[in-house]
Amino acid sequence: MSLQERKEAAVRAVFDRAPRPVVPPGLCAEAMRRGERTLRRRRTARRVLWCVLLAAVAAFTVWAAVARPWEEPPARTTPPLTGW
Amino acid sequence: MRGARRAREFEAFVAGAAGRLLHAATLLTAEPTDANPRARQLLTASLAHTYASWDRLRGEDPYDCARRELALRYARGAWHRGGPPPDGPLAHLKARERLVLVLRLFEGVGEEQVAALLGLPQERVGALHARAMALVLHPPRGPAPDGPAMSGAAP
Repeated sequence: MSLQERKEAAVRAVFDRAPRPVVPPGLCAEAMRRGERTLRRRRTARRVLWCVLLAAVAAFTVWAAVARPWEEPPARTTPPLTGW
Repeated sequence: MRGARRAREFEAFVAGAAGRLLHAATLLTAEPTDANPRARQLLTASLAHTYASWDRLRGEDPYDCARRELALRYARGAWHRGGPPPDGPLAHLKARERLVLVLRLFEGVGEEQVAALLGLPQERVGALHARAMALVLHPPRGPAPDGPAMSGAAP
């Protein structure tokens, strides 16, 4: 056994000698309550993001249907009248 | 129902793991075994995080997840400033020395993994480990310094 290993064994023995703390009875329930809250928040955030995305898509669709940006705009000037 | 199954599995996990994790947390915060509110808070927060990631663990050991969260929360440092004077076998150690020693020897995590977890070079982890062992085996005389600052352990 090397010096390093002997030292490690001695420190482990110190840990083993230390008295073990008792887990309080409500700890698991409290962790679950907080974890559930985190999950709820994440769900809400995801829902809000989806709503924003859908609203943006809907707004764009309505605008595109009304403005028809792919069509050539009507000519603003009258073409010169020739050959009359 | 996914929520019910998650709750059942999580309760079984906590029943098996909480004792050991609380022991590790109490060593880290260097509180007396029977008055360890900071260690309990640390553990509750880590377990809450584990619960929230339960469905996304995908085969990862929940114990590893909880331990990593515990170590990172402790390293972030809100848990070792102020409070009562340190107690227990790691009272004389600085925060980072406690963390390395508990992860390496109490939890049996490899040096490389500890270095990756804490974002330190492996030689630095080795040096902290050696210093921490020396301080536990040959504690300096006099009262333990209170409020071990994380910055004090920085290079």
